[in-house]
Amino acid sequence: MTNEVRTQAASSRVPFAVDAFGRALRRYAIFIILAALVVFFHQAEPAFLHVNNLFSVLQSVAVVALLAVGVTVTLAVDGFDLSVGSIAAFSLMLSSYAMVVLQLGAPATVAFALMTGAAIGLVNGLLIVGLRIPDLLATLGMMFLLAGLQLIPSAGRSITTGLILSDGSVARGAFDPVFLAIGRYQLFGVAPLPVVVVAVIAVVFWFLMERTRWGRVFYAVGGNETAAYLAGAPVKAYRVAAYVISGVLAALGGVFVAARVGRGDVFAGSSLLLDSVAASLIGFAVLDQRRANVIGAVTGAIFVGVVLNGLTMLNVPYYTQDFVKGAVLVGALALTFGIGRGRR
Amino acid sequence: MLDLSSAVAPALSLISVSKRFGATQALEDVDLAIGRGEVVALMGANGAGKSTLAKIAAGVSRPDSGRIIVSGRELRLASPQAARTAGIVVVHQSTEQLGVPGLTVAENLVLDALCGGGAGALVSQRRIARQARRIAASIGFDGPLDQDFGVLGPAHRQLVAIARAVAAEAPMLILDEPTASLSAPEADRLFAVVDRLRARGVGVLYISHRLGDIRRIADRIVVLRNGRLVAGQAKRFDFTAAVRAMIGRNLNDAAARVADAGLASEIVLRMAGVRLIPGAAGFDLAVRAGEVVAMTGALGSGKSRLLRALFGIESLEGGSIELDGAPWRPISPADSIARGVFMAAEDRWRSSFLPAATPGGDIAGTIALPHRRSWFPSGLLREGRERDTADTIIRSLGVRCRGPQDTLDLLSGGNQQKVVIGRWQSAPCRLLLLDEPFQGIDVGARRDIVDAIRADRRDGATLIATSDVEEAIEAADVVAVMHGHSIVGLHDLRTNSGESLIAAIAALETMEPDKERETAA
Repeated sequence: MTNEVRTQAASSRVPFAVDAFGRALRRYAIFIILAALVVFFHQAEPAFLHVNNLFSVLQSVAVVALLAVGVTVTLAVDGFDLSVGSIAAFSLMLSSYAMVVLQLGAPATVAFALMTGAAIGLVNGLLIVGLRIPDLLATLGMMFLLAGLQLIPSAGRSITTGLILSDGSVARGAFDPVFLAIGRYQLFGVAPLPVVVVAVIAVVFWFLMERTRWGRVFYAVGGNETAAYLAGAPVKAYRVAAYVISGVLAALGGVFVAARVGRGDVFAGSSLLLDSVAASLIGFAVLDQRRANVIGAVTGAIFVGVVLNGLTMLNVPYYTQDFVKGAVLVGALALTFGIGRGRR
Repeated sequence: MLDLSSAVAPALSLISVSKRFGATQALEDVDLAIGRGEVVALMGANGAGKSTLAKIAAGVSRPDSGRIIVSGRELRLASPQAARTAGIVVVHQSTEQLGVPGLTVAENLVLDALCGGGAGALVSQRRIARQARRIAASIGFDGPLDQDFGVLGPAHRQLVAIARAVAAEAPMLILDEPTASLSAPEADRLFAVVDRLRARGVGVLYISHRLGDIRRIADRIVVLRNGRLVAGQAKRFDFTAAVRAMIGRNLNDAAARVADAGLASEIVLRMAGVRLIPGAAGFDLAVRAGEVVAMTGALGSGKSRLLRALFGIESLEGGSIELDGAPWRPISPADSIARGVFMAAEDRWRSSFLPAATPGGDIAGTIALPHRRSWFPSGLLREGRERDTADTIIRSLGVRCRGPQDTLDLLSGGNQQKVVIGRWQSAPCRLLLLDEPFQGIDVGARRDIVDAIRADRRDGATLIATSDVEEAIEAADVVAVMHGHSIVGLHDLRTNSGESLIAAIAALETMEPDKERETAA
């Protein structure tokens, strides 16, 4: 029987050579376009390929990539975390508040922010699993809630050293230099710490999602919850875990922004949600996976970063940025869902 | 009765009709005549050729050889429209196709006239209503005529379809499992309509498993087995003989199985005084190592519920269960799987498979999913291990595929089911629970799966739930008949020929069906 099947496969190989080429093209399309863009930008502006510029691209996308990894984990369980942007912004304000008003040191501040992120993720998960609120609605609600909540302690103002509190006194704390180093220190003088940390986290999550049985269960829960449950998976725990992971990663993203900017800026992080969702959706097209995946999400974030950086160097006005991001996303989705669909 | 020739000629005759699909002879030399005003019940197990016969009469498929004579005229039924024009109306099992949602019941009743142009260019609601009332009255249809067809229940939909057939004055009506989704009072109404049609001289071919229905409505029984008409009876019916004719071959197979039975092995599963739902009678059951027990009974008789309770996703009302001598009270699938109690639930796409694009959605991943804890204790996936196990399963069950990396959507139903069975055979098992394992697969694949189940029993016990008696007999050592959420009869096929089972099933199926239908609905 195996022989028979083999001959079938052999005979079908020749007519499908074109199809195989098409499949390979689709698989590596994002990388091919990325390479072409890099060559093009380098031709137009040789400074583009300078190490410092490349790291500045990575620096600019590190936080987006981090949030996109979290969104990817929630997409894997067939959920969607719309609150990542707000969690990051909340964490940014919270860590600023912790240092400036509560006068905490860097380690305590970071721990406080990450635990808060985990707690928010837990609440998201419990709303979804316990109260059975649809994922999109629960996290949309959380998004609004946090966007409002972050304004209350500072009465709507940005948090900087010397903040005047509501009782008229002046906050006596300041940003811990160790904390600022989290966002600003450069390993070997070139690689920004956030880029290195995000790279490590991305590798860890790639490994978790693709190479361990836990990753399999995340995807199984998203693919067919009943089948996962009947195969003995603690379905609810995995759903909650996905949102906790997403919450912690988003909170870490907020810490990076706070450490880099050095102040609790009310409007920092407003574009994080859409950028990270776009990155994880662009990721569907990477390697023709047609599903949420960690490599894809990170690649998607880098892809958008490269395009924006290159266009900025070419003096394309900043107000076209959203248009460019949108075009990239639509193109990637067309690649995933439209072109060559059903030919697999 | 003016036209003497058509009054004498049967409403429909099939003369030595044969039909072959690939290697299977679906129908072989079938002669069947249905007289005017006669209700003929067509019985047969799954795959016996009932639906092929109905399709040929309905013009959906054409016979390889043989003749079809409708009201005395030989016809070639080239399409469903041709059959309809000739006066043969089929009411299918799936009620979605019986009418047009979006139109009212009245409009549906006069649909043939509307579509056929007989109604003239102008359509007045009043005339439609008048015509519809006349048609409805002719079969005693008392449902609301101004309702949208789309909101009707299955019973009313069937009655509307039958009323349309009557309005078209079709001489021949084919009903395919008409009571499958009806409650008892609804079924009674249907029978009353069929009685009326009989009185008006319409020939009816009534396809059904349900002996109770058949006793109530049929003038004659014919039994199909493997594409041949093997028995015919006029009243009074001998249902035991009819059931034997339907499933006879498999009883002989079961009898040949006596030799390999291990009657003295230890008891794996022992249930005492188990009550599945409040008010249900308690029952006992003991299953020995190496034994295959099949539970059979109608929809809603409690077969699935029993399996789910043993797997830990349904709670018992009372009684005790022991597994290998220790109390067995599973609390979750994970708990059961860890103890070697495995369940393949019904509807494999809903219960077992992941979408093709999901990691682990291939054959190897599907097989590995429930065993991930014991196979990958460190958490790290070992794809070699997955692949090797899948290769073994593919070879031993004869799964037709290119390899372990194939996704399930590429396989046929039978091969998909083999993967499901193989998944649970790839780890040491104490108790294997299979809910409708032969659903939607062909006869050949069923054979392979039965062989796989019987070859791999080893020292575990196997429990199968199936609503098909034939399947139960083919696969099991012991058949337990379930009714009203309790086991009402145990028939050991190794120690008797199955005659007691046949008698029990004939008796059970002609029992008062009311309670059964209520719980199913």
